[in-house]
Amino acid sequence: MLELCDLAAVRSNTVLFRRLNVMLHAGEALRVAGPNGAGKTTLLRIVCGLTEPARGAVCWDGTPIRNLGDDYRARLGFLGHQEGHFGDLTAHENLALAGAPVTPRAVALALERVGLAALANQPARLLSQGQRRRLGLGRLLLQPALLWVLDEPLTGLDRQGVELVSHLLAEHLAGGGLAVLTTHQDLPGLDGVLRELDLGRPA
Amino acid sequence: MIGQVFRRELLLAWRRPGDTLLPLTFFVIVGSLFPFGVGAEPALLRAIGPGVVWIAAVLATLLGLPRLFAADQHGGALEQLLLSPAPLTALVAAKIAAQWLTCGLPLALAAPVLALGFGLNFSDLAVLLAGLLLGTPLLHLLGAISAALTLGLRGGGALLGLLVLPLYVPVLIFGSGAVQAAALGFGAGANLSLLAAMLVLAAVFAPFATAAALRISLD
Repeated sequence: MLELCDLAAVRSNTVLFRRLNVMLHAGEALRVAGPNGAGKTTLLRIVCGLTEPARGAVCWDGTPIRNLGDDYRARLGFLGHQEGHFGDLTAHENLALAGAPVTPRAVALALERVGLAALANQPARLLSQGQRRRLGLGRLLLQPALLWVLDEPLTGLDRQGVELVSHLLAEHLAGGGLAVLTTHQDLPGLDGVLRELDLGRPA
Repeated sequence: MIGQVFRRELLLAWRRPGDTLLPLTFFVIVGSLFPFGVGAEPALLRAIGPGVVWIAAVLATLLGLPRLFAADQHGGALEQLLLSPAPLTALVAAKIAAQWLTCGLPLALAAPVLALGFGLNFSDLAVLLAGLLLGTPLLHLLGAISAALTLGLRGGGALLGLLVLPLYVPVLIFGSGAVQAAALGFGAGANLSLLAAMLVLAAVFAPFATAAALRISLD
């Protein structure tokens, strides 16, 4: 269970948002909306623990995440604006060396699920933006994380890619996972589990 | 996880030979320019040899430092490193160790060849090599702190040099001092012991400081 308690964020002397209270249970996804500069990415970085909030705390099962440290990070999967691939490594190597050791078979399966099986030996720098996004999703699938934090996961993806993200998200949530994401596009097939948080409007 | 990061760094160094060999090339070029500049007087060359090799080593290390974290930060890989469930201190230590293996160690091993051109005798060469084997990891550990602190700053490269060069002064003094002491017959033991002591201290504390600096830089 993820809880945002009385969160406030300040960037270069501007209050981005304040008094943010959200409770997210297993099987639910939170979609953060708002105009450019409303603080969506900042909120996602706060949820990850990369940025300290100006006020309040992010709690996991009732404990502030800064006290949990590595225990929290072990449950977290993050896909940022930039995927964090290494251009000089192949798609396969990028996944195989991304985190805890995995078998080549598991890597091949993950690549197949995100539709990159044919490009496994392609250096990541030669992948298109959409393919890099897909590779980032493959990394999420490889490491079993309860909480997915996705910053604009649909950017650069084609229609099949959007359907793939929806499908993976639905599967993740059905398995008891949680997700916090930002996107301007529609995510089909997630009615009932997708909650909205609009940073543009005062909560 | 820590082994994975180490393997990844070595693989990346192998795939980017240009970046990996740049400090070594720079080291050899700077070192071999000196005889042309100061003249071929054997006594003079023997006197300045250890100092020149050490200064070239310090500058070559400095050249490779900005890449230690900047390349990862650019593509978002550094955020993933910070979010991985293993202790960041250990991951940073693995990165520094890989960087030393690919940049620092070749430099130390090439130093005796370079120093031969300055007419140093074999016992002095051994002391120089021992000093560099202790000193180059120290340079990388100290440099990593500064590289993490200046990450993402405008003009970070220049600031990095200003920050790190004062830290390098003691290493330089004891490193080149070891060869001079050995040449004068005092024995290099004291200087090398001090270098080793500094290396142990830095190996324990520098990864902590680097990890803390990274968290601040990426906030």
